Formats: sequence, structure tokens, C-alpha cells
Amino acid sequence: MSEPLNLLIGLAMGLNLLALGSSRLLAVIRAMSVQGMVLGVMPLMIVGLSGWNVLFVAVMTVVIKGFFIPGLLRRAMRAARITREVEPIIDFVPSLLLGAGGTVAAVALARVLPLLPEHAGTLLVPGALASVLTGFVLLIGRAKAISQVCGYLILENGIYLFGLLLLEATPVLVEFGVLLDLTVGIFVTGIIMDRIQRAFDSLDTRKLTVLRE
Amino acid sequence: MNSLLLVFVPLLGAVLAAFWPDNRSRPLLLPAVGLFHVAVAFGLLLTPVDIPPGAWIGYDSLARAVLPVVSLLFLLCAFYGVAYLRIRSERPNRAFVALLLAVLGLISAGHQACHLGLLWITTEAITLMVVPLIHFNGTARAIEATWKFLLVGGTGIALSLLGSFCLGYASIYGGGQGDLTFTALIAQGAGLSRPWVLTAWVLLLIGYGTKMGLAPMHTWKPDAYGEAPGIIGAMLACGVTTVAFTAILRVRAVVTAAGEGRVADHSLLAIGLFSMAVAALFLLGTRDFKRMLAYSSIEQMGILCLGAGLGATGAWAALFHVWSNSLTKGALFLCAGNMRRAAGTSAVDQASGLARLAPRSSAMFVAGVFAATACPPFAPFFSELRVLRAAFATGHIGTATIFLGCLLLAFFGITRLAFAVVDGRPRSARKTDRKRLAETAGVIIPPLMLLGLSLWLGLATPTFLTSAWTAAVAQIFSPK
Repeated sequence: MSEPLNLLIGLAMGLNLLALGSSRLLAVIRAMSVQGMVLGVMPLMIVGLSGWNVLFVAVMTVVIKGFFIPGLLRRAMRAARITREVEPIIDFVPSLLLGAGGTVAAVALARVLPLLPEHAGTLLVPGALASVLTGFVLLIGRAKAISQVCGYLILENGIYLFGLLLLEATPVLVEFGVLLDLTVGIFVTGIIMDRIQRAFDSLDTRKLTVLRE
Repeated sequence: MNSLLLVFVPLLGAVLAAFWPDNRSRPLLLPAVGLFHVAVAFGLLLTPVDIPPGAWIGYDSLARAVLPVVSLLFLLCAFYGVAYLRIRSERPNRAFVALLLAVLGLISAGHQACHLGLLWITTEAITLMVVPLIHFNGTARAIEATWKFLLVGGTGIALSLLGSFCLGYASIYGGGQGDLTFTALIAQGAGLSRPWVLTAWVLLLIGYGTKMGLAPMHTWKPDAYGEAPGIIGAMLACGVTTVAFTAILRVRAVVTAAGEGRVADHSLLAIGLFSMAVAALFLLGTRDFKRMLAYSSIEQMGILCLGAGLGATGAWAALFHVWSNSLTKGALFLCAGNMRRAAGTSAVDQASGLARLAPRSSAMFVAGVFAATACPPFAPFFSELRVLRAAFATGHIGTATIFLGCLLLAFFGITRLAFAVVDGRPRSARKTDRKRLAETAGVIIPPLMLLGLSLWLGLATPTFLTSAWTAAVAQIFSPK
């Protein structure tokens, strides 16, 4: 069972690098949306169609991470009339190198942590850590609010990957937490971006520098 | 009495406020719910209830030791809020009142959460509810503060979820059945997988530390406290942060049970001292009296962590300090709100002579500043003295020295700023707006009462509180 799963996790890790190296905002959003759909399929591969709540998590994840949020972000892009593309604070090649280095570090770190036999063969932990690191690089290394939101979402995807380890043992409540967090978080972020747009007439967070010592 | 009332009544109040048609009478819901909340919180403090094993939520000893002071602070902030929203009658207050009540309900749930997942969900919900409150003034500066709060706070929340997952995996790897209540995790003790427990501890300390505003994850704090209304600053600094602090205490108990207590204590001491040092240095440099309160709050959070890392006596002192800090800092935030309205700005370079513009608020602000910098006979003096004594008693002489040095620097920084704005001649020839300057009873009595409570807590700490703190320490340090 773990071979196709590992293939999907590897795909998600590849999409991380795509998001880091892409200079087009739409491409970043697309990478994130595909990653969301890939993540949505995973619960079914791990647990199988055993209960309605696993199915629920899978469907909700695909709908929210794969369609709803990317759609919201595209709408925000149109509303802000962004034609220029991703503006990096950390340039693309260094971003990619950081991402690749982070992936290697994630694999190394994951070897230190003990895993249950049923998880030992999977890439879940390295995949999760690599996504979290990618998210951080995007959060720190991009100037536009929408790119930062993408970074935050990739970080969340990493946490979701990790949560899959607990899918069988703990109540699904923890998973619901992630979904709730995402929807509401993005919703609020969307409002904020709207306000930033009106107040600063741009989505450039580098202009948010009045408050400092 | 059911402790769930503390959660659901404020949430119902929030729904009611959301549908309440009248902008003028809506704020009265705040003190109404606040009075009920105080009555139940103190009733349960005096007559403790048993919590069934395996419960996800309950008014346990730790909740008893901390939640009543948040309740008390909310009540006084609520009375202030009625007067404040009357002054700011030009802005719609529907979202403000509803969200403030929702935050109270969620804080009550967070303090009572006995389950790792529930604790995380409440913290997450509080963060989201607070966002529009910081944004209340709607200025460009408020938007900037809100964006930073959302980004830094959101990342902290994400990391604490990852930490919760790691702790969950530590339990499952050790043969646990997926029961993530704190009592079950502690009972598993040494059976928890140590590498996972340590990973979880680092992530949870960073995650909840971000919510508490510990350095170096404090960057959102000066902006948010500086731009939010004073009443929101008070609730953030003394209500929301205490949820994160009790979360860290609960997780610390699990880490200790797993046999890594030394690591936990050392990291708490380190991050506590670092926060105090960073705050003390920034206090010497900041030029804004509301941002000053934020740095002072970072310092107080450092003191709480320091106390928590100093063993049972230190943790007792930290719980005492939660009370003394909440009451004192609450008064300061409310006074600072009055002074900011009187001066039209909170920048030191433009505000001066506030003793003439807002004499009562300024007098209370100065008294509060001395209280917050640990001058006797106010409560912070006694609680910080106990932290210091715990440090000496456990042989942490170096820690105690740095602690005292930071307190001294903070004292210089805070008093310098306070007297710069209070003394002198009103600088601006700006048009005086009678309505904004009026120091009505509604905006004076609540901070005065908070200061009075701080004095009372210092001079005559009631035994029902000391025994509640002792019970809470017993729950964290020697769980059954």
C-alpha cells in the first residue's frame, strides 16, 4: 500500500519545489491546488473506505484545498488587478536551493524519529517537514500578500500530511480542526487583503513598515 | 453549577449581540454577561467540582487558579467598554461587542480544556476572533498591525498544531489508544516516546509562546497593542496570553511525566530570561506609551515563564503573578486609552503635559506604572519577590541576577516614558474636543478599581486564592 502513497507524497514534495521556483503567481496557486487534491486522496489510500468520516475528510480536503481556496486566491488576484508576478525578497534560485536543502534535511531528520512499523516505509514525515520548510521560505521570502498566503497554505499542507499519521488512532476532530482553520483563516485573510488593497492600493506587504522602533 | 455555563453564556451573548438592533444599548450586554461570568467563576472557585476522568473540558485546579482573574478583568473592561463605545458612537459596535463576548467564552473554554485538540481549537478560534477587534479603528496603522498579527499569530498556531500532532504520535508510538486528554497523557508517563515528546515540546513552546508573546516571537505584540483600543489591549495582554500560559503549563506536566522535565525547565528559564532582556532593551528605546505597555507585557510573560521553570515554588509565584499582572496591566491599558484620546496620539514626541489634559487618568497611570515595575505595596512586588526567592532557593543565582538587572532596566525605561508624557506643558495647540477629553466616571472608575484590587491582592492575599494556587501547582507538579 505504501508504494503508491509514497509516489503521491513525492509528487507533493515536487510541487513544493515548483512553488518555490515559479515566478508566476498563477503557477504557484496551481501548484498549491494540485497539492491539495493529492493530499485529499491520501486518507483513502491509508485507511481505505472504512467509514464515512474518512470519506468526509477526503472529500472536504479536495474541495477546500483543491478548489475553494485557490478560487478565492484567484479572485483576490483579479480584485487587486495583479498583472505583475511574484516579487521575491529571496530570489528564485536561492529559494529553490533552500527548498532542496530543506528536503534533504527533512529526510535526514525523519530518520532520527522513531516510527511505528506501519508508517516506517512511508515518506509521510519527510514530506511533512519539507512542506513546512517550503511554507516558511515562501512566507519569509515573498513580498506580496497572496504569495505569503500561499506559503502559509503549503505550511498547513505539511501539517496535514503529518496529521495523516494519526488518522487511524485519534478522533477525526483533529482533522476537522485543520479544515476549519483553513477556511476561516483564508476567509479572514481575504477580508484583510481587501482592506490592505483599499488602504495602500497595492498588495505589497513591504509597504507595511510604519510600525517599528 | 456547571462550568460549561462559562463558555456557553458568553457565546450566546455574542449571538444575541450580533442580532441586537440598537447600537446604543448593545454594549450593555458586555457588563450583563460579565457579571454572570464573575459570579459563576468565583462560585466555582469557592466550591470546586469534581471532573469525571476522561473529560475533555472541566473546571480543574489550574482553571480555578487563573480563570477568575480573567473574568474579573473582563467585567471591569466591560463597564469601561460601555463608556468607551458611547464616546466612539460614530462607529458601529456590532462586531466589537459580539466578538468580545465570543472571546470571553473561548478563553473560558481554553482555560478549562483538558484535551490537547480542544485546547488547540480554542486557541485558534480566539486568534481569529481577535483579528477584527485589533482592526476596530480602521486606520492604515491598524491594518498593518492586524496583518502582522494574523501572519505571525497564524504561523504560531500552525506550529502548535504540529506540536500537538507530535505529542499525539508520541502517545500512539508508546502504545497509547489515541486518548489525548492531559490526564491520559500524564498517566502514560515514561511510556511516551521521548524523541517525539521533545519535538512536540519545542514546537508547542514556540507555538503557544507566539500567542503569549515571548521573544523572539513577540514581533506582533507592540503593533497590535499599540493600535488596538485600550480595552482590547487589556483583554489580549491579560486574557488571551494566560490561555497560552496555562497551555504551556499543561504540556510541561506531560513532558515532565515523560522524564524530560529538566529540558522543559531549562528551556522555560532560557526563553523567559531572553524575553525579559529583549523587553528591557526595547523599553529603553521605544517612543510610544502604548507600545511601551506591549514591551512591558513581554517582560511580564518572561517572568511567568521564568517562574514556571523554577519548580513548584516558582510556578506558585507565577500563578500569583498572573493575577497581579492582569489587574495592574489592565488598569494601565485602560488609562493609556484615556490618555491617548486626550492627547490624540500615543507618540511621546507629540504627547506631553497629560497631567493637565487628563489629570485623573495620568495620576492613575503613574501609580500603575509604579505598580507594574514592582514597587511595593502593589501585588506585582510581592509576586515578583516570590519568583526571586524561588530562584535563590533553587540555587539559580545567575538567573536571579539577570532577572533583577532586567527589572531595573525596565524600571528606567518605563518611568522615563511615563513622566515624559505626563509632565510638561500640553504641546499641541490642537482643537480640544470636549467629548473626547471628558474623564467621565465610566472611564475612570474601572481602572481605579483594578488598581485597588491590585493593592488589595498585594497587601492581603486572600487564603482562597493561595489555596487555589497551591492546588493548581499540585495538579501540574505531582499529578495523581
